Amino acid sequence: MAEPSTRPPASGHDKLMIGQSAAGIWLAHAVLILGILIVAFPIYYTFVASTHSLQTILRPPLPLLPGDRFVENYWEALFGGVGRIGGVPVGTLLLNTTIVALGIAVGKIIISILSAYAIVFFRFRGRMFFFWLIFITLMLPVEVRILPTYKVMVDLGLIDTYTGLIVPLIASATATLLFRQFFLTIPGELVEAARVDGAGPWRFFKDILLPLSRTNIAALFVILFIYGWTQYLWPLLVTNRNDMNTIVIALKKMISFADADTEWHLVMVTSMLAIVPPILVVVLMQRWFVRGLVETEK
Amino acid sequence: MSPRVVFPNKILPYLLLAPQLAITLVFFYWPASQALYQSMLREDPFGLSSKFVWFANFRKVLSDPNYLNSVHVTIVFSVATAAVAMSVALLLAVMADKVVRSRGLYRTLMIWPYAVAPAIAGMLWLFLFNPSIGSLAYGLRWLGISWDPLLNGSQAMVLVVAAASWKQISYNFLFFVAGLQAIPKTLIEAAAIDGAGEHKRFWTIVFPLLAPTTFFLLVVNTVYAFFDTFGIIHAVTGGGPGKATETLVYKVYNDGFVNLILGDSAAQSVILMAIVIALTAIQFRYVERKVHYG
Amino acid sequence: MATVDLKDVRKVYPGGVEAVKGVSIAIPDKALCVLVGPSGCGKSTLLRMIAGLETISAGSCAIDGKVVNAIGPTERDIAMVFQNYALYPHMKVYDNMAYGLRNRGTPKDEIDRRVRSTAKTLELEHLLERRPRELSGGQRQRVAMGRAIVRNPKVFLFDEPLSNLDAKLRGQMRVEIKNLQRSLGVTSVYVTHDQLEAMTLADVLVVMNAGLVEQSGAPLDIYEKPASTFVASFIGAPPMNLLPLRSGQFEGAVTLPAVPGNAATLGFRPEDCEVRVEAGGIAADGALRLLARVEGVEPVGAESFLYCQAAGGRIVVRVPGRTELQAGDQLPVFARREKLHFFGSDGKRV
Repeated sequence: MAEPSTRPPASGHDKLMIGQSAAGIWLAHAVLILGILIVAFPIYYTFVASTHSLQTILRPPLPLLPGDRFVENYWEALFGGVGRIGGVPVGTLLLNTTIVALGIAVGKIIISILSAYAIVFFRFRGRMFFFWLIFITLMLPVEVRILPTYKVMVDLGLIDTYTGLIVPLIASATATLLFRQFFLTIPGELVEAARVDGAGPWRFFKDILLPLSRTNIAALFVILFIYGWTQYLWPLLVTNRNDMNTIVIALKKMISFADADTEWHLVMVTSMLAIVPPILVVVLMQRWFVRGLVETEK
Repeated sequence: MSPRVVFPNKILPYLLLAPQLAITLVFFYWPASQALYQSMLREDPFGLSSKFVWFANFRKVLSDPNYLNSVHVTIVFSVATAAVAMSVALLLAVMADKVVRSRGLYRTLMIWPYAVAPAIAGMLWLFLFNPSIGSLAYGLRWLGISWDPLLNGSQAMVLVVAAASWKQISYNFLFFVAGLQAIPKTLIEAAAIDGAGEHKRFWTIVFPLLAPTTFFLLVVNTVYAFFDTFGIIHAVTGGGPGKATETLVYKVYNDGFVNLILGDSAAQSVILMAIVIALTAIQFRYVERKVHYG
Repeated sequence: MATVDLKDVRKVYPGGVEAVKGVSIAIPDKALCVLVGPSGCGKSTLLRMIAGLETISAGSCAIDGKVVNAIGPTERDIAMVFQNYALYPHMKVYDNMAYGLRNRGTPKDEIDRRVRSTAKTLELEHLLERRPRELSGGQRQRVAMGRAIVRNPKVFLFDEPLSNLDAKLRGQMRVEIKNLQRSLGVTSVYVTHDQLEAMTLADVLVVMNAGLVEQSGAPLDIYEKPASTFVASFIGAPPMNLLPLRSGQFEGAVTLPAVPGNAATLGFRPEDCEVRVEAGGIAADGALRLLARVEGVEPVGAESFLYCQAAGGRIVVRVPGRTELQAGDQLPVFARREKLHFFGSDGKRV
């Protein structure tokens, strides 16, 4: 009965709604631009610093525009071997971080989609017990079990390994809950139809469930990739060797020396290299990112 | 859960659950139970033997002025971070809700900090406010403010709060925007016809209807400030100067890994665990409320 | 006490879409004016412009003789009942009704008196402490009405207020709205796409199509003398039968009275048909007579509708009570001369 809105979308134009003056709209734009400046400034500043020479950086204030050392600085950081962190090229650090972030994202998605599949589409003894067992891990972040977890890592010989960096972080109640929630919305008739068509659990999973979950997986991937990339406490604990560091940890090591010796221009370059990949992922996959964010937190 | 159509299979579900359960048991439940156990052990000074002391470690921790300082620091830090991050994000979201032109562009630029690791967020702000190279530190000095977060505890706190809130603005912004969009436009129109000006509409209609989002974000921001900001503290101040920014999580780490006081560290872990459980419970009460809302 | 005068009102959206293309309506004091038309005809936009929720691109809107184009909804002293009711979900019924009065600085005891008397009129007294989500659809509708009435505004605006109710409740509320509006004597503008609602409620009926007024006037006048084929087929249910004329003639074997020279379409209402085996008295005085073949029969109890094929088109014929006719039957259909309508090739009445 409801009449569809007769108003065409006012795309590209600011709505002049009730009580909103043109001045109000301009004020809104002004506040937003100011907000963007605050939000973007630290990143921009670091980018500008990464294109100046060490001498320029050491004599604040820094110019507001990029300098002429872009190529030299980035070349030196990428291929020169940064002395401060034990001669490990930034490339290695980026590789480590990428492996960890991808490993965590993919690993989490795989094990949680499997367990959510088991919990929703099968009936078996202990089902609810296992569900709660997974659910309760929400309440056990790394921070509250630092030492004993570290000891487990030592006992299993996982210090300074990719396995050690990745595996303990891939158990996730959040992702399992998300998939469970989504699976519960899949009508039972679909399972019945699949069974009538002679599809077993595996075919149903592969031919129906996975294709239906595509957008959920994409959304979750973005969130988890960022989660993996920005890990701090865990890599700090389980890596001793500099060549196993993630870029975030390496950066921390670079600046933890006396100011006078720090090669700030290389620190700035490394910072940029550490933040650009995840920013690109978030910006380019924005649609899934926003969706994933709002949905995982339901 | 509603009764649903399932596959009749006895063994497969256990195989599907196995990877998740194995990791959960080895890396979550075993260490957590160890933390519980160790929180009741006290080692002798040489680490040769330990004895079971029941709750003595908790008594010791809770009466330790350093720990109480850390509680205080954590509360100040969390409240300040949540307040700044949420109010700035709300203001920006309300403004973004008013405009149509360039809305997508604003959002794209606003979400960057979400992708920045907390530790790096801290470093970016340190670059700006480092007494020797930071341009903004230079500016502050030029204004006659004696600025040195490496020596002044309050200034160090301001710096870590700024970095922590900056990183969280993106997240809060996205949720507030979603929350604002979920408010039916006719309610705003009805209020306008009912004689409420723009300001009044916000405080009597929009803000109350945003309460579920605000409450949810309050919990999330508290959890964030408690746990996820370890990197900021570790990278920017190292808990200093003089424990002025030593949060609870940083103290657990410091006592366990740097000072090697295992019993104390474990007891602190258990207290943190209780805090997480409380926060999670609150959050789920919220989810329930949201389900029944409207 | 107020009139509403629209003069050549237009709405052009950014991007060039013209939703209202120049509408002039004069609504007298205390009258209930119904805007009716299909989806997208601009009726809701027009209402929202009267409310001040949309800006007026051109023309003028005056309430009580005062042009209000530049005035926001807050200062227009109007009240509106929304299609989805737009009750404030976080406020009790009492506060929903009191909100507008509070915003206007009405004294507390005055607010209380007015809310309670309005609640009494609408039989809402026992619901005052409830929140909207605890109410049924019909109760919410009443609260929305109460919120409008309690303010005692110059003009009521209704935006499809009954479309979310079930058919039975809709009938009840229609009568109730009409009575309330009469007894309060407040000028009202009511938007609907339901022609039955429009016919029964309106003092002034405005039929809109594609951003323009097709016809306005008293409902029965419009029913009896539709100004165009659009109005003819929109007002009345089932709609008027419209058959094409080819140079003043029909296809097939029919007798036809004298036809105005420029008529392109002939119309007659299903309820104005008679089915007779023999012509009797009426054929002589220039009535329409055509031969129809029944394709389907819909008995609804008090009457039956025959869906027929006739003269190269489809027509509906209403017969009282039951009928023995069935699909495949041939029958003669008559319509008196004075019940015939003729429309030109532009669709306008001739």
